[in-house]
Amino acid sequence: MGAAPASRDVTSYGMGLAAPLALFFLVFFVAPLLQLLWLSLHNDTAALHWGLGQYLHFLTDPFSLSVLGSTLLLGAEVTAVCLVLGFPIAWLYQRVGPRLQTIIILIVLLPLLTSVVVRTFAWIVILGRQGIINATLQSLGIIDTPLKLLYTQFGVVIALAQVQMPLMTLPLITALGRIDPNLDDASCSLGAGSWRSFFKITLPLSLPGVIAGCTLTYAAAITAFITQSLIGGGQMLFMPMYLYQQASTLQNWPFASAISIIFLLAVLAVVSVFTTLGRMSRGYGGA
Amino acid sequence: MSGRKRTLEAISFEFVMTVIAIIALIIIIAPSLVVLIVSFTSGFSLRFPPPGYSLRWYAELWDAWQLHFAAKNSLIVALWATGLSVVLGVAAALAISRSRTLSARLLDSLFMSPLVLPALAFGLAALMLFSLVGLPVSPLTLVIGHTVVCVPYVIRNTVAALAQLEPTLLESSAVLGASRLYTFRRIVLPLIRPGIIAGAFIAFMSSFDNVPVSLFLRDAATDMLPIRMWQDLEGKLDVTIAALSSVLIIATVVLVAVMERVTGLSRRLTN
Repeated sequence: MGAAPASRDVTSYGMGLAAPLALFFLVFFVAPLLQLLWLSLHNDTAALHWGLGQYLHFLTDPFSLSVLGSTLLLGAEVTAVCLVLGFPIAWLYQRVGPRLQTIIILIVLLPLLTSVVVRTFAWIVILGRQGIINATLQSLGIIDTPLKLLYTQFGVVIALAQVQMPLMTLPLITALGRIDPNLDDASCSLGAGSWRSFFKITLPLSLPGVIAGCTLTYAAAITAFITQSLIGGGQMLFMPMYLYQQASTLQNWPFASAISIIFLLAVLAVVSVFTTLGRMSRGYGGA
Repeated sequence: MSGRKRTLEAISFEFVMTVIAIIALIIIIAPSLVVLIVSFTSGFSLRFPPPGYSLRWYAELWDAWQLHFAAKNSLIVALWATGLSVVLGVAAALAISRSRTLSARLLDSLFMSPLVLPALAFGLAALMLFSLVGLPVSPLTLVIGHTVVCVPYVIRNTVAALAQLEPTLLESSAVLGASRLYTFRRIVLPLIRPGIIAGAFIAFMSSFDNVPVSLFLRDAATDMLPIRMWQDLEGKLDVTIAALSSVLIIATVVLVAVMERVTGLSRRLTN
């Protein structure tokens, strides 16, 4: 028992340890997704007739296409807002002492671990007719009647940006921490100026972090069912709610499956575009 | 002249970056503070600032048995899903972490994919499979579904902890005649324990907060807390939800502080 042969690699464990989870995923993750695909390829709810009817329905229906379009656009807007607000946080993090660093990281982390319903609820309080923004603007006499902020695209974007901000900021902090600070100093002392050094040195070198952050933020923003439906209200429909309505209220499982597959493919397409960009940028950053 | 110009330029850059960073940090933290303040209102609406302060909505929350019931269900499901995720996830992490083979990398991508795939699509897919094989939705199906979406957090944190492990430690242990199991129990496990705890914590929080999977996999008798809150908010804006939200925010702050002490959570998430 004690005489382990020295030649055996003691640092690795057998692949057999992964078998239980692999089996679990095969049964409860891969099989359901395959069944989803199978059902989406049927034209009727009883799943008797094969065909691409569900996909044709989605792709020729202006309403469905507009839901897909507005969902993808929403993701882009949220990602842009998160990048513009998140990058300076990561930049500030590298500039302050360890105590402030811990405070910044905890401020960023906290929303990530707070319930999404709670965070979204906070935005209802802020954006509502009697909310902070309207109350402040009215008491300052800037507006007479409350602005409509809830149930608007602006409201959804700002609320989602806050909810997803940690997913952007954490990879950026990691990426900026890996850049040699001497490069920025060198650039400045050679007369490039702070703005130019930032756009020519810091930003390009942090691209792997930017891309990782954008991927996570984008995927999370377009699938953020709760925030989309509570802040967007009934008038604004995005893919997750569309899927849920078709599956749950209308019990149209084949069409809901087709929506799921199209949505899955859209997410995968975006993720793989970002991953390809990431691979290219790592080559650039390492040069 | 040019030196002065450069300084001004540097100041303008630092000023803009710092101001945006501070605004962004305020945007991150403000919503939680607003909820905390509003929950102490003496009024009936979510007006801000509140017309007066009282604990009435906390008293209301104390009697809200529907919310208590939902919270209990969420807690039980989250505990089971976390336990299952730790058992399956740590074993899988041990297998794939130091292996460079193609199968290890494929398994890694498979186990991580629930993080990017829309959870609602997975919830629907799982419901359809369960109904096909005749397994009715129940707390069991909830635990299974939650485990699929929570196990990536355990694996990621355990793999990261294993990567920090010094291989010479294990080799010395083996040379000194310790069996692999003994080395695992006495050396590997104590060293990766903080990583496992951090992963388990994030898995627990994400299960407790899960809506998309629960929406499809719960039965009518199993009300889950985030879904109950969501449906309450769709109907009417109840201040009791503000009191509940405050309790959840405080609980999260306390748990994060404990986890920061025990596992150095913030370092784990930025490395």
